[in-house]
Amino acid sequence: MRDFANRYPVWTGVLALLVVILLWLIFAIWPPGLVDAVGSKKIFLSALFNGITLGGLYFLVASGFTLIFGLMRNVNLAHGTLYLLGGYVGFHTADKTGSWLLAFPVAFVVVGICGVLLQVLVFRRMEGQDLRQTLVTIGISIVVADLMLWGFGGDFFNISPPSWLSGPVETFFVSSVRRSGELVYLKYPMVRIVIFVAAVVVGVAMWLALNKTRIGMMIRAGVDDRDMLSATGARIQIVFIGVFAFGAGLAGIAGVVGGTFQSIAPGEDTRFLLASLVVVIVGGMGSIPGAALGALLIGLAEQFGSVYFPTYAVVLTFLIMVVVLAFRPEGLLGQQK
Amino acid sequence: MADMTSSVNLKKSRLEDVHPAYWILGIVLLVIPAFVSPFIMFQLMGWTFILGIIALSLMFLGGYGGMISMAQMALAGFAGYMIAIFGSSAIDTISQGWPWWIVIPLALFLTMLFATAIGWLAVRTEGIYTIMITLAIAAAFFYFTRQNYDLFNGFQGFNSVLPPRLFGVDWRGPYAFYYLTLFFAVGSYALVLYISRAPFGLTLQGVRDNPRRMAALGYNVTAHRVAAYAFAGLLAGIGGILLTWQSSQISPGTVGITPAIDILIIAVIGGLRHPVGAFIGAFIYVILKTFAVDILVSMGLAGERFQLLIGLGFLIIVLFSPDGVLGLWEKYRENRNRDPLTGEDRGDSRL
Repeated sequence: MRDFANRYPVWTGVLALLVVILLWLIFAIWPPGLVDAVGSKKIFLSALFNGITLGGLYFLVASGFTLIFGLMRNVNLAHGTLYLLGGYVGFHTADKTGSWLLAFPVAFVVVGICGVLLQVLVFRRMEGQDLRQTLVTIGISIVVADLMLWGFGGDFFNISPPSWLSGPVETFFVSSVRRSGELVYLKYPMVRIVIFVAAVVVGVAMWLALNKTRIGMMIRAGVDDRDMLSATGARIQIVFIGVFAFGAGLAGIAGVVGGTFQSIAPGEDTRFLLASLVVVIVGGMGSIPGAALGALLIGLAEQFGSVYFPTYAVVLTFLIMVVVLAFRPEGLLGQQK
Repeated sequence: MADMTSSVNLKKSRLEDVHPAYWILGIVLLVIPAFVSPFIMFQLMGWTFILGIIALSLMFLGGYGGMISMAQMALAGFAGYMIAIFGSSAIDTISQGWPWWIVIPLALFLTMLFATAIGWLAVRTEGIYTIMITLAIAAAFFYFTRQNYDLFNGFQGFNSVLPPRLFGVDWRGPYAFYYLTLFFAVGSYALVLYISRAPFGLTLQGVRDNPRRMAALGYNVTAHRVAAYAFAGLLAGIGGILLTWQSSQISPGTVGITPAIDILIIAVIGGLRHPVGAFIGAFIYVILKTFAVDILVSMGLAGERFQLLIGLGFLIIVLFSPDGVLGLWEKYRENRNRDPLTGEDRGDSRL
């Protein structure tokens, strides 16, 4: 942080100014002139929160992708397929047992096992062959997408959260002031808040596990120099399988979250594959904090875009990617090679 | 026998240099319209040549440049859109209706410009990153055309985009269209083959094999790569214009993510080593796509599972032969040349 401030004083100033403006926009009661110019504060606040929670979902999907890529240089273009599979497994679990919470571990385990199979049967056989991995995983995603269409049908599914999570909750953010001087507080869906908090917990736990534990140390060493790590006697293939299972499991959990947030249907796999591609390109390949930052940026861009200039909302996210690529090809928090 | 070899050693004429297989294939392709139905000519062969040209642009980038671009279908679609916007279509509020001799060069020029921009972005990255970034660009273009109604007419796109009536010929008639696509397929094939042996192509292959050494030798690596994107954009543009004429319409569905992946599948199934691979891949793909439903139904399976069949076929080919059908062919030739006892090469026997 301090290094950054010392190296780029101007940028730090700009960023600090932006943060102050943002905080003012969130907490202040908007003057009427501003409301006339950009619309009511309620719209702004819900776009902001929707963007942040969507960022949480993107982070869940993209962190698995970036972890797998960072450690093993495995290009898993079937990641979106794992997400969709998690969604279907979660939906059917929640449907059969009636328990929303049970859907998460089941989706994690089932999709994690699929990840192990992918690593053992596919990636281990073609280590270091980027193009072949890409092609094989594209082939797998085509086949599995059609199998899922066959098995689960083409309908939209929606995983409904339990009653204690549904319904809005009143937050402490003022959205507007009534004529009588009474403050109106923003109402926000409980389930989105819970899911966002869960995404933050997962992110922090991952950061702690990577930076404070022995396994995490092995993984970080593997990211930096795989051959040297295996030469020191670490059983790197087992670490690989574990990381792949965890990354795939995260995609499965994200599938359940996505099914609760939005819906699951054929085609969502490509959408989330693209989203996680953009997120990791913007944030920097193989970096967990980068994935968090990228997910937040893309989620916010998508939501603000759909509120303030709805026609080109999707294009905005790609525009961010192009700008990042043009000025910082390794991603915002990626390491320069 | 002796004077034959001496004549080879002296100076071969250009025609003698051509492999006999080319003669046979050329004659077959020229006389085929006399024997087959208009459906096969227009739908099967025309489509094969068009997809082959687009896949050829990917093969050129991937095989000689070492850069796999997923944006080639987007470029093809861009050229199709340009034809529809500047030329004439049923959407006359947008279409300008300019004459073809302005529209076609303009469309190809704009496509090359777009390809240069994509290349300029994509060459900042290497290997797998290039695939991801070009895929993301293709997706962005797809969403943009779907959302933009002022220029790209949104979800519906343009219909009745017809080729000009040159020399009084209806170029969408099965015979005319067959020869039109054949002409451009052979032309682009020969052009790619020529460029691969020209200084530019050789430099590009050098850049593919060792960019640092080429940079040290004084070549501008980035400029060569971007130029390769521009040239591939020209090929993709030609393919895209023909594709638009064939279906007489262009819409976001043409430039979606699935078609972009299909082009990669075609190029890889055929093999990225030689330009002919693109056309072999396109032929296999078109045959599968056209007849998969019938095959599945005859096997007692539901017809809508054809995507599964194509995916499985693709998966098997990339799992067992990374170089596609051409790779299989080379393996077979190597095996036949090998002496079964010693395992040594018996020397090159032609075919």
